[in-house]
Amino acid sequence: MNELHFPWLELCILFPALAALWIGRIRDESQSHSAGLAAAGTTLFLTIAGWIDFETLFSFEAHDHWDVVKYLIGRDEFVIDKLNAPLLPLTALLYFLTMLATPRVKLGKFSFGLALLSLSSTLAVLSCKETWLLIALIGINSIPMYVDLRSRQKPTRVFIFHIGLSTLLMIAGAALYQSSATDAGRGAGIVLLVVAVLIRSGCSPLHCWIADLFENAAFGNALLFITPLVGAYATMRLVLPIAPDWALRSIAILSLATAFYASCMTVIQVDSRRFFCFLFLSHSALVLVGLETATPIGLTGALCVWFSVSLSLTGLGLTLRCVEARTGPMALNRYHGMYSHMPHLAGFFLLTGLSAIGFPCTIGFTGTELLIEAALEFSPWVGGVVVLSTALNSIAILRVYFRIFTGTTHHSTIPLGTIPSERIAIMTFSILLIGAGLWPQPGVHSRYDAAIELLDHRDVTKQPAVEPAN
Amino acid sequence: MNVALWTQIFGIVAALCPAILLLLLGFRLLINRPMSELIVGRCLKAAVGMSLVSSLVVLVIMLATGSRREFIDFGDMVAIHDVHFHFHMKFVFDRLSVPMVLLSLVLCGTVGTFGLSYLHRDAGFQRFFVCFAMFLTGMTFASLAGTIETLFLGWELVGLSSALLVAYFHERSAPVTNGLRVWSVYRLADAAFLAAAIALHHQTGGGDFGILMGDEPWPAGTASLSSGTAFLVGTFLLIAAAGKSGLVPFSGWLPRAMEGPTPSSAIFYGALSVHLGAFLLLRASPILDQSTLLCAMIVILGFVSAVFAALAGRVQTDIKSALAFASLTQVSIIVVEIGLGLQYLALVHLIGHACMRSLQLLRAPTLLRDYKTMENAIGESLDHELPRVLAWLGVSTQRKLYRAAMERGYMDSILDEVVVGPFLRLFSIFNCWEQSWTRWLNGSEKPSLSTPLPQGSKLNDE
Repeated sequence: MNELHFPWLELCILFPALAALWIGRIRDESQSHSAGLAAAGTTLFLTIAGWIDFETLFSFEAHDHWDVVKYLIGRDEFVIDKLNAPLLPLTALLYFLTMLATPRVKLGKFSFGLALLSLSSTLAVLSCKETWLLIALIGINSIPMYVDLRSRQKPTRVFIFHIGLSTLLMIAGAALYQSSATDAGRGAGIVLLVVAVLIRSGCSPLHCWIADLFENAAFGNALLFITPLVGAYATMRLVLPIAPDWALRSIAILSLATAFYASCMTVIQVDSRRFFCFLFLSHSALVLVGLETATPIGLTGALCVWFSVSLSLTGLGLTLRCVEARTGPMALNRYHGMYSHMPHLAGFFLLTGLSAIGFPCTIGFTGTELLIEAALEFSPWVGGVVVLSTALNSIAILRVYFRIFTGTTHHSTIPLGTIPSERIAIMTFSILLIGAGLWPQPGVHSRYDAAIELLDHRDVTKQPAVEPAN
Repeated sequence: MNVALWTQIFGIVAALCPAILLLLLGFRLLINRPMSELIVGRCLKAAVGMSLVSSLVVLVIMLATGSRREFIDFGDMVAIHDVHFHFHMKFVFDRLSVPMVLLSLVLCGTVGTFGLSYLHRDAGFQRFFVCFAMFLTGMTFASLAGTIETLFLGWELVGLSSALLVAYFHERSAPVTNGLRVWSVYRLADAAFLAAAIALHHQTGGGDFGILMGDEPWPAGTASLSSGTAFLVGTFLLIAAAGKSGLVPFSGWLPRAMEGPTPSSAIFYGALSVHLGAFLLLRASPILDQSTLLCAMIVILGFVSAVFAALAGRVQTDIKSALAFASLTQVSIIVVEIGLGLQYLALVHLIGHACMRSLQLLRAPTLLRDYKTMENAIGESLDHELPRVLAWLGVSTQRKLYRAAMERGYMDSILDEVVVGPFLRLFSIFNCWEQSWTRWLNGSEKPSLSTPLPQGSKLNDE
């Protein structure tokens, strides 16, 4: 395996974890904010450097220089490949921008230390390919979220039940698959893995934990916990390489049903957080639909939509969070008329929403087109449902835009406009969303290469599983 | 430099000037550094002027050289050659696109200039002109589109800008409600368009009109599709066109769209946007020609829409709604002409109608004043004669027709009662169940923020 010129991966995992320990000891909220930003910024730099280094190698896969983990346990546990190379900086960017756009009023509720621990564990998950370590890391990744819920004295049963069940099923599935000598045993293992990743991705009817999370956890933490799409990553690493076609088809159908159901639910929501939750569920399910078509075009579409969903919906979530910070929770059964106070946020809400639904000239457009084309190839009905889900989501987005920003005049005695740090975050998101929409070829090309490699890997991995049966 | 190069240069300028205007106005608004009204006006006039002059130059070159079709190829915006996927940006100047783009630019220039005075010092001045630039870009792209992807791009921009401008007076809830209604119909139309575009890609491996419609320039081309495929693709296109042009059963949004400011009403629903569906059918006419059944469907839909709009238009109590239905009547007749294969007649009808209706809508506010003056002068109301055809009907039938026309064919209420209401009720029940289930799992009885919608039947129930 090729080697990076520097231990970028280990550094980008270790640095935020160490910084979290240091920031946990800082009492002052402003200092904690500044230190958190600096740590997240440095991590972002490390991930970008790792990506650039990887691109210069012209390789499918590479591991760290001076690989300490390999030295300790004798295996390359953390690798960078065409799939995760851009996902690492993307995740670091989402954390950085979320921290940057955290308004002062939220500083007391948003733990920067926990966020950095979460960043470290998410980057570790996204760098890992080895089954057992990946399962362990996915479990660890949930701990900061659990701590957040506990610290806010919110109920944790729903979260523990679903995440615990998902992790246990992953362990059972992997163990059964690896230890079984028969096709039936391996098939059962795959079924358990499929159910596990579906729960982690929020597939209906086991999606309630995400809605519960958004209602009870800090919005910023909940946002950062779900938008990197760890469930989709687990599907890519644990299920896609070994799953037979029937398993992929089952995931595709369940994901499609989730996408449609969630898009319908999005239209009727009267609470902004539940609206966001279902919007996210609908889009993340569409990513799974694409992944499970297991065709180059579908997989490319899914990987592109993965990117656009992470960026767009984090942006949309941050907008809602900024509005909530000024007005409190937003009920969507009446108009709020906030436009005149926060035109920036209104415009940004619209931009991120349109980007999520794949409006032309935004980052989501090409991915959505590819996805719909693959879905239509899979079955005209599947394509139709994907198109309908997208249409319902777009109606829901404009409805919520109108509810929050228009319809009446909001009177306020204090200024509610955006602060400079929020404007920087908005501009960064906007440039990425529009820039990648106007010049999509590099991104699509990179995702296509990743898709081809994944499909090749799937063919190679499936081969030994079939041979014993023959 | 040779003629071909000049054609390319002017073609690019014609296509891209509106897009540059949109980027400029949009970026300045995004960074909270809006330009002064004077600068906005100058930029608008410069963009429209340059685009218009460039289009005219291309037309002159084509007339001088005898060319009937010129392509401006921007290449693939995205291409994955191994799986034959590409998003091809290509513009075409031909007998359909040149009149349409000239019409769009002339009307946008006129109405834009009118809007500069009309919205002077209005709080939403910048917002209006960003949407206006988006509309202009969309219309230019759609008119000049040489591939179905480019047409879809323009189509979407027109749709978004239309919905936002209907909701322009967004301090009140009525325009916003109507904006959402327009958007909902447009999105369904867009979904149909997207399905048609992808079906075309599947069948032909691309969306280039030059390849799809044969080597002959519009309207002489022959689509390389079987009758069945043409019917499928054409049906999707017809649904898309019906949604965009407000044909039956999507007519409900058209009078609602009049909530916007007069300049946008004039340009969107009187002149350009409402004709975009007809334009789509004209552009796809070689596909339509492949299926007689499809043509028959188009004629019937156009005829039904025309009768409905003529009846509904007669009972409207405000001038903009009356003009909206008058527009719809003419658009429906244009659709009938397209279904009958009279493409040139339809194109001429479209251009003439767009110009006349823009003038009427811009004149509408002052016309009311003139009527009042006339009525004051003669001392009584002006006569409104019942059309002879309707006078033959009995009083009972007249009343029924009147009622149906007042209710705009009951289309909105049927849609609300049959589709939207049950949908909202069903998913509100699911929402309640989910929340109860989550509360039970959590072991808490704490009431959630979310409450189910009342038993209403509209997305905008308070």
